[in-house]
Amino acid sequence: MAIIDVLQSIIPIALFYSAPLIFTALGGVFSERSGVVNIGLEGLMVMGAFVGIVFNLTFADVFGSFTPWLSILVAAIVSSIFSILHAVASVSFRADQVVSGVAINFLALGLGVFLTKQWYGKGQTDMVSQPFYSKNVPVLSDIPIIGEMFFSGAYYTSYLAIGLAVLSWFVLYKTPFGLQLRSVGEHPMAADTNGINVYKIRYIAVMLSGALGGLGGSVFALTIALNFSGATIVGQGFMSLAAVIFGKWHPLGALGAALFFGFAQSLSIISANIPFLADVPKVYLTIAPYVLTILALAGFIGRAEAPKANGDPYIKGTR
Amino acid sequence: MFSNRLFNLLVPIISVLLGLLAGAIIMFSFGYNPVEGYIALWNGAFGNSYFFGETIRQVTPYILTGLAVAFAFRSGLFNIGAEGQVIVGWVAAVWVGSSIEAPMFIHLPLAILAAAFAGALWGFLPGLLKAVKGVHEVIITIMMNYIALHVSNYMIRNVISDGGDTSNRVADTASLASNWIMEMTSYSRMHYGIILAIIMAVVMWFILEKTSSGYEFKAVGFNPHASKYAGMNVKKNIILSMVISGAFAGLAGAMEGLGTFGYMPSHSAFTNLGFDGIAVALLGGNTAFGTVIAAFLFGILKIGALNMPTSAGVPSELVEIVIALIIFFVASSYIIRWVLLRLRKEEK
Repeated sequence: MAIIDVLQSIIPIALFYSAPLIFTALGGVFSERSGVVNIGLEGLMVMGAFVGIVFNLTFADVFGSFTPWLSILVAAIVSSIFSILHAVASVSFRADQVVSGVAINFLALGLGVFLTKQWYGKGQTDMVSQPFYSKNVPVLSDIPIIGEMFFSGAYYTSYLAIGLAVLSWFVLYKTPFGLQLRSVGEHPMAADTNGINVYKIRYIAVMLSGALGGLGGSVFALTIALNFSGATIVGQGFMSLAAVIFGKWHPLGALGAALFFGFAQSLSIISANIPFLADVPKVYLTIAPYVLTILALAGFIGRAEAPKANGDPYIKGTR
Repeated sequence: MFSNRLFNLLVPIISVLLGLLAGAIIMFSFGYNPVEGYIALWNGAFGNSYFFGETIRQVTPYILTGLAVAFAFRSGLFNIGAEGQVIVGWVAAVWVGSSIEAPMFIHLPLAILAAAFAGALWGFLPGLLKAVKGVHEVIITIMMNYIALHVSNYMIRNVISDGGDTSNRVADTASLASNWIMEMTSYSRMHYGIILAIIMAVVMWFILEKTSSGYEFKAVGFNPHASKYAGMNVKKNIILSMVISGAFAGLAGAMEGLGTFGYMPSHSAFTNLGFDGIAVALLGGNTAFGTVIAAFLFGILKIGALNMPTSAGVPSELVEIVIALIIFFVASSYIIRWVLLRLRKEEK
């Protein structure tokens, strides 16, 4: 019985913390599967968080309770436009993709804080009046035990994240577009020979990662942070990147990894209430996701194999 | 045709000019006077001896993190983990500096060496995994950054202090701060570290250009397969390069711990010294001399920016945007080359 109690307190928090990571990690999967390394996930999340909060603050009176949903939609659109910068640099201008991603991170943070100071006159925005609220899912939350664990006091955005992970798997593995996208990431020249427009696919993939990163950032902002400042997004984007790799560049793997990271984070938050974890210094739980990622990469937890052409700009006509 | 050397010089200069121009356009479009903004920035970096001292203080760790990133780049490695190496170096320096009693000529070098060693250790693991398992160093170093951040906070709270949010202060025998520099610069936090940073730049230049192991590093960076065929030990070179790179970054941590601050506060977020080092190295073309120049530029931008809100009303984050754009332009040097070549052709 004690274990069920523990699970009942951990699972909702784990779902709550993993949702932003899931969205962003899925974005990373799309981009990296097409062969574009995306260190800029962090910056895309910053952009998403900024836009989500600003939209929410500005239009809360107009749209009422629909505001948070519209905010994340607008954040996704703006971030995907912002990510075109990464696409132009790394696909068309053949820039080093890691460097371009680093620049995206600097730029998003600079722009976000600059505009915040410009529009609100201080380093952080006000608290939003229309965040996401946790809800009990009708009907499902009445199921004994499971209902309590998975469907009570949860955020609908968490279900959206899990749904999108399944959808991404379907798109990547069951549709012609997904096959094209993966082939571009594995062997762009062969894909090009077969009439696939490598540049177009990579642009679409990077923009998808922008949209999903924006979703992740805005969901984080509207469920956890509730305002925007330079310290809103600190490392969630990099953690999502870790989830992409830990999940072996597979949407469902990334989902699992993000859920696990969310679980590890929630453990470090509520460990004081759990008998056998209360004595473990928190630092072990906070660094667990990173240590595990290193172990996974080192080959102790199955081999993680990146898409073959990941990080290489495609130059038509070279061999 | 432009020579390659001229290109390598032109690309960073054009990038900086484009970045500053973009910054001016942003200031203009938000209703600020760009000229006033940049004058405020200039005065903020050189306006009086205090600002000047602070600028040099900021340049010191930038040179070292820039060298760290540049050194790894030269052997084909991307050390995005300078950030974590700075943090562990800082911890090590402060730990040795505050917990040991010794005369200065032993204590200070010992604390500095401890920082270099800690940074080197933090570089060793990614290097080892890259060499032995072929794991990409970027991901490992990012993870190592977070581990460094959290472990250092734990250390500060539980080992180098009595449960406080800042570490104990380093002893005077391990301090880089100097009274006469402070008096000269109206009590800025400038310290002797700048001398060490410049010496390290010379060391890096010497290793890369005048020793056979430097030749091997560069060869591995250009083409690991050819280097292996030529009988070089590629794995050893990868590991050694990350170790040296990590040691440079660790020294940057010592600058902060023994010079600027004299202690280590617990960090809720990164110091950004390591990340800025990437920009410094890129702009400096990954050479020792270029890195020093670029470190001065970024130090001036960063410290000068602090004067912009008070003197011209411009938020200091404008400089972050300018720096980001400079990195973009340097990274996209292909397009700059292409445009330059087109212009050249049309002249003919």
